[in-house]
Amino acid sequence: MTVEILEPGLASNIQDQGRPGYYNVGIPPGGAADLNAAATANQLVGNDVGAAVIESPYMGPSLRFDTATVVAVTGGTVPVTLNKEPRPQWESFAVAPGDELSFGFLQAGARIYIAVAGGFDVPIVLGSRSTYVTGGFGGFEGRTLQKGDVLPIGEADGTPGRVLPEHLRPVYSRAVELRVVLGLYDYRLTDAGRTCLLESEWSMSPVADRMGFRYSGPALEWIERVQPFGAGSDPSNIVDAGYPVGSIQVPGGVEPIILHRDAVSGGGYAMVGTVISADMNKVAQCSPGTRTKFVSVTMDEALEARAADRAYLAEVTAAVVS
Amino acid sequence: MTVSETRYSWGADEHLVVQFAEAMSLEANFRAMAVSKVLDADRLAGITDICPGNASLLIRFDPDVTPPAELEAAVRQAEQHVGNQPSLSLETRIFEVPVWYDDPYTNEVGARFRDRHQRPEGNDLEFGAIENGMASIEEFIEAHSGSPWITSMVGFVSGLPFLFQMVPRERQIELPKYLRPRTDTPPLTVGHGGCFAAIYSVRGAGGYQMFGVTPTPIFDPEQRLADFADFMVFFRPGDIVKFRSVDEAEYRSIEAEVEAGTYRFRQRPVTFTLNEFLADPDAYNGSLMEALYDR
Repeated sequence: MTVEILEPGLASNIQDQGRPGYYNVGIPPGGAADLNAAATANQLVGNDVGAAVIESPYMGPSLRFDTATVVAVTGGTVPVTLNKEPRPQWESFAVAPGDELSFGFLQAGARIYIAVAGGFDVPIVLGSRSTYVTGGFGGFEGRTLQKGDVLPIGEADGTPGRVLPEHLRPVYSRAVELRVVLGLYDYRLTDAGRTCLLESEWSMSPVADRMGFRYSGPALEWIERVQPFGAGSDPSNIVDAGYPVGSIQVPGGVEPIILHRDAVSGGGYAMVGTVISADMNKVAQCSPGTRTKFVSVTMDEALEARAADRAYLAEVTAAVVS
Repeated sequence: MTVSETRYSWGADEHLVVQFAEAMSLEANFRAMAVSKVLDADRLAGITDICPGNASLLIRFDPDVTPPAELEAAVRQAEQHVGNQPSLSLETRIFEVPVWYDDPYTNEVGARFRDRHQRPEGNDLEFGAIENGMASIEEFIEAHSGSPWITSMVGFVSGLPFLFQMVPRERQIELPKYLRPRTDTPPLTVGHGGCFAAIYSVRGAGGYQMFGVTPTPIFDPEQRLADFADFMVFFRPGDIVKFRSVDEAEYRSIEAEVEAGTYRFRQRPVTFTLNEFLADPDAYNGSLMEALYDR
């Protein structure tokens, strides 16, 4: 009951729905960067949404199965082949012992998710199977997957032939709007700085991973002040404080960074707002060069978006798990 | 500092940030810790993480379980409750962290990233001494290791402690961070940025000045050492630390104990009372040293 990694792809790693509760000691919640895609992949193969899947940014791995099981691939749009024969995405299918699963070039989105019936059965650490590479624990030996790794999978029959209807599949774009609740330390920006944040078109840089996504664009202007004791000398410095997951910090006033699910839990850069929880999956599916606008929303709008996201997942469940 | 100075702000729909003060002080830090304790003792179902910061507090929550207004009301109530307490005191512990100052590991990395530093010549220790008006590296090490530090925040990555020096502000070591962050820092580097010392729990990027390395792990995901039996992270907010300068021979010998799995931190439980400390820091620190070294 194992899967062997023939080629690892780029930074492929094991994730589930995350590890809340340890952020106070600098251990981030983690979990699939695109939680919805991971949950859906699991539902397609008949798992609970919280089973562990493989997350592969930009480039898929090659895998060989030693057992009959059921597989589903979701997330970024990519050609999928089983023994060089095409297979669909957003649909579960059976694999036989010795079968090899491979991927072509990513066509849209940024991260693909591979679920197997029974889930990848790596040890649970602090309540989760998610890999936390910086801390060197969780997932498979606390690291990204390498050629030759043999991953255990759980025992389950699986459900081949489950399909997510077309109208429920996400559409990935190279031009996105991210909804943001402004606040935190945004009072440190001048009016011009705040306007610039919201009215500029930002371009996602190649410096983007599970910890954070960096954007290029114009410099933001800060209000000059005598810095408070302990904050550091740059106007973008604050006395080191906790960083919300999804918060946007702007070190030195340039290149905003959206912290993602493996966020550093705190530091000394002023945050000017936070991406709403419902748009964090969208961030995960952006690739370098994606044109990005930050759109200011209220807390009520953030909560409505959250409810809409929950309703979408309920629809997915109803459509897939029949 | 008064309750009215406190600033509440939402980190979108899953986070509340409470900023007690803009400047770092023990008073602001104790307020953050005390409010955290009150919230933790009577925890709302929707709260997933309570993260006290240096002068602020970050709360992660599930708004589907506890709506934002309900959370804010509870935090404001906790803040009022703490604000009315006459004295802030803390049941905590003091322990010793041995440091090999001026070691080859941080010196090598410091030399490699000199183009990102304020001062091209010398190392970070020399920079620290000069910037803080001290005549020598030895004087700087004495200032760094001579009085205790309190853990004002745990975070960044994997159990990294931010440490605030327990001396009057005019004697606190203050230093800028590197001009541009390094992409490498040796594991267990003892560093400094702004008014905070830090111990890097794992190898990685960093911007703090580097003074030395400690042989004792502070993060142990395999939980090999007895001090990590309960949890993989050693530091907790409020922990009091005394650095002790060791030479290479002692560093190696402690390293061997860690390797053998026999190393224990020298540590003692203490009660820290903020007002008593502020009234006479040096005398108070003297009594903490007596507790640590059983004098």
